[in-house]
Amino acid sequence: MNDNIVSDKFKEKCTLLDNGSIMIDFNDWESISQFVYDSGFDYLMCITSYDLESDDTLGLAYNFYSTSEKKYLEIRIEFNNKEEIFSIANIWRTADWHEREAYDLMGILFKGHPDLKRILLPDDWEGHPLRKDWEEPEYYNGMPVPKDKSYWE
Amino acid sequence: MYKILDKSIIGADEMVLNMGPQHPSTHGVLRLKIITDGEIVSHIEPIIGYLHRCFEKHCENLSYEQIVPFTDRCDYLAAMHMGHAYSIAVEKLLDIELPQRVEYIRVIMSEFQRIASHLIAIGAFGLDVGAITPFTWTLRDRERILDLFEQVTGARLLYNYIWPGGLAHDLPPNFIRNSIDFLDYFEPQIIEYDNLLTTNKIFIERSADVGVMPKEVAINYGVTGPSLRGSGIPFDLRKNEPYSIYDKFDFDVPVGEGKMGTIGDSWDRYYVRVLEMKESIKILRQALSQIPDGDVQSAMPKKIRPKKGEVYSRYETARGDVGFYIRSDGKNIPTRLKMRSPAYCNLSVLNEISAGWMISDVITILGSLDIVLGEIDR
Repeated sequence: MNDNIVSDKFKEKCTLLDNGSIMIDFNDWESISQFVYDSGFDYLMCITSYDLESDDTLGLAYNFYSTSEKKYLEIRIEFNNKEEIFSIANIWRTADWHEREAYDLMGILFKGHPDLKRILLPDDWEGHPLRKDWEEPEYYNGMPVPKDKSYWE
Repeated sequence: MYKILDKSIIGADEMVLNMGPQHPSTHGVLRLKIITDGEIVSHIEPIIGYLHRCFEKHCENLSYEQIVPFTDRCDYLAAMHMGHAYSIAVEKLLDIELPQRVEYIRVIMSEFQRIASHLIAIGAFGLDVGAITPFTWTLRDRERILDLFEQVTGARLLYNYIWPGGLAHDLPPNFIRNSIDFLDYFEPQIIEYDNLLTTNKIFIERSADVGVMPKEVAINYGVTGPSLRGSGIPFDLRKNEPYSIYDKFDFDVPVGEGKMGTIGDSWDRYYVRVLEMKESIKILRQALSQIPDGDVQSAMPKKIRPKKGEVYSRYETARGDVGFYIRSDGKNIPTRLKMRSPAYCNLSVLNEISAGWMISDVITILGSLDIVLGEIDR
């Protein structure tokens, strides 16, 4: 189902995964993203951020679709959680809110993003809740967070 | 209804106007920070998250079966679609084949849900531009669909009916006859809406030519569903990438043609929804006449424990292309579940298409995008 135009062009930079998606190094993302756009993948469906439990590695999965040629492409990058990732919000405008969400919930930093700030959580929220090592705080804005949850479970 | 982009015409001081979160025209708890120049909008920043309940974090602590009711609460106006979309994603991960009867019942439920959701969209859009009566008429007809859902599932809004691998239970005895009765009643009603609202002079003046969304902008912003088709792009997943059994039915994909103004204006986005209801009726009549017999739970797995892997699945809801990205670690709970919300992407285009319009036109444009905040905020 996935298209192999990217893996043909950047042979030595790509690793093919089981489900046909392509794993690339995050340093190459800047050049490859422009190539992906130029080869007709005009519709960015989704950006999924994920956390690998074992170490400090985070991941991003980009799902593309070409509306003219009806082709799919999934590109994945995995990186240390301190790294800054090239933002594609200036190529696909829809990536703007997807990247803000990935920053908000997973704490992934993007360089070159027009306005990187929280989108779903309030501005004074601390931490990024979708990280696997996230722990519930004792207090939120001075209010104690209830520890006994038996009444809603 | 004038679009003014040349700032020298007015050149007044910029003012920040706050609309919402408690505003009847924002369709829920949405806040719009509007920077205006006189009465002309120069920039809009939608501020969302008032309904955020961290659906994705919940899913990391629940088994696959327990997630179904949570998906219903995402898009509460089209709960059946969300359950269907999620079930398709899990079935893709498990790689199971469904009995034909299950597929038919799912399609019937989804198309009824599409009509119900579009009725709200049409009525509420009329309400936004000042037409009160159509809203009461569309709600009256939606009630009859909810009655049908109540017969089947026992609930009127949040159904928990479509489960991964099957359905909660089979149809009640008189359902097929009641459905055909409803379709016979409902088909002439669409002509009534057309007379009352679609061709109404005041309505056309308020919505035609307002908030034109060009094709390239729509695709670049990831806009999907009726809002995309209003811009003249015949893209519908049911037709282009058929899932379930949609390839068995004969129906068309209506697109905006700019009948009253420019292609991709608010009127086009509205009218695509009216035409889509007619297509849904076509699908329903075919599905109701062809439905086979069978057991609806025969393919349902006892325990959902997919093997290690990832899946991305797409589904066409009443608002657009919903995607579920699920990562499985071989346990009975997903390690990561991401929902690509269609209304979230549709809302992000608001600033692009409403700059230069007056504040009252922003209400029109927002109404024509048909957003549901429960799904945007997740």
